[in-house]
Amino acid sequence: MRGAAEIVAHCRVKAPTPVHMDSLIQAFEKAIVLILNFDSELLGIIWLSLKVSGAALIIATMAGLPLGVLLGLRKVPFKGIVVSLLNTFMGLPPVVVGLFVYLLLSRSGPLGFLALLYTPSAMVIAQVILAFPIVASLSHSAIVSVDPVIRQASITLGATPVQVSRAVVKEARYGIMSALIAAFGRVMAEVGAILIVGGNIAGYTRVMTTTIALETDKGNFELALSLGIILLAISLAINSVVHNIQKKGMVGTGR
Amino acid sequence: MSLSLITNNIRKSYNGDEVLKDCSLSFNERGIYILTGPNGSGKSTLLRICSLLEQPDSGEITFFSGGEEAEKDLNLRRRISLVLPRVGVFNTTVFRNVAYGLTIRGIRGEEAESRVLQALDFVGLAHKRDQAALSLSSGETRRLGLARALIIEPEILFLDEPTASVDQRNCAMIEEGISEMKAKGAITIIMTTHDQKQAERLADKLLVITDGKTTTLR
Repeated sequence: MRGAAEIVAHCRVKAPTPVHMDSLIQAFEKAIVLILNFDSELLGIIWLSLKVSGAALIIATMAGLPLGVLLGLRKVPFKGIVVSLLNTFMGLPPVVVGLFVYLLLSRSGPLGFLALLYTPSAMVIAQVILAFPIVASLSHSAIVSVDPVIRQASITLGATPVQVSRAVVKEARYGIMSALIAAFGRVMAEVGAILIVGGNIAGYTRVMTTTIALETDKGNFELALSLGIILLAISLAINSVVHNIQKKGMVGTGR
Repeated sequence: MSLSLITNNIRKSYNGDEVLKDCSLSFNERGIYILTGPNGSGKSTLLRICSLLEQPDSGEITFFSGGEEAEKDLNLRRRISLVLPRVGVFNTTVFRNVAYGLTIRGIRGEEAESRVLQALDFVGLAHKRDQAALSLSSGETRRLGLARALIIEPEILFLDEPTASVDQRNCAMIEEGISEMKAKGAITIIMTTHDQKQAERLADKLLVITDGKTTTLR
């Protein structure tokens, strides 16, 4: 039996590294230098982040967009339940997804034979689960919010059912784009799931968010801060592009 | 082969409210048919049913092509068109809006371009071809709707209140367009309007719907 002191020692939380204003400014300066020097470690981490989240977004879009379109355009059995489930899964806690994927991929799990745990593929799987409901649910919302008169106009001009659907999806393109950006933002910023299934292995599964968590823990604020700045910059760049496209697209009201 | 249309005892209700009652009409000559009548009398409903956008609760619509009954399939739907009171502008350029009917029929390239420009010229919108269609004024939007339907050269064209809430200038341009289409000869135009004077000016046959039933005035 463990002694009380041993348990207390075991449970004691590590004291946080003290941070002063000066050291914060210094860390910020060093972070900028790291970015400007195109530090290879930094670039590797950014590239892996974009690769994992990009792959997850592509897969989630390939599955989620058709589902959103189907739910938005066709009479599907249990549509209400499916939409409610998707809305609920939009708020899935990443750590729960991480745990689920971990159990699935662990050696004794049902997909253990694939040996994917602690690989970028496992991280992609976890992020697909997080992104899929966002893509499907927000695409569905974008499609149902298209003015019904678009569908009617398309029919009256002689469109086939497939052409009518295409016209409606085209009208929803800006909403669908927002759905994809929201999903990408969610997976890029996520840390819980990929930390569990990726293991944060340097040079292999270490991405921006997990590095920030690790380096902050170690008191190495330069790298953490530079990655934080880059993460924000990427998010800002994507949102600016989307905002501009949407602004260009929304020139008036439906007539 | 000319296309004609007969409706037989059409009935249509919305939420228990009967909009059309035993509506029987025949549109078997070229020219302009105008349906007038008070608000809620069923004019638009009749147009939506005749253009195959909606189904009647009971009764029949029969199209005849060259004297023989035509099947209500895609082929027939592509020989008719309806311009809705809210046109349903696609969020793209004026040009692409008008080209839509050709694009879905597989007509692209130079032929499509020249036909679009011709249609835009016809409604006086050629100078706005590259403009965002959603930025047009409401009168211009109506003209765009007309061009978009005309380009597919329908044999029967349904126009639902084509000049409602449109200024005088646009109204005159639309009326002129309708008259020109008729003058070209190969089209039957069936339109609704609130404007009694406009009805008198344009109609070859004037029909009045009251309480879901039609009466032929002339």
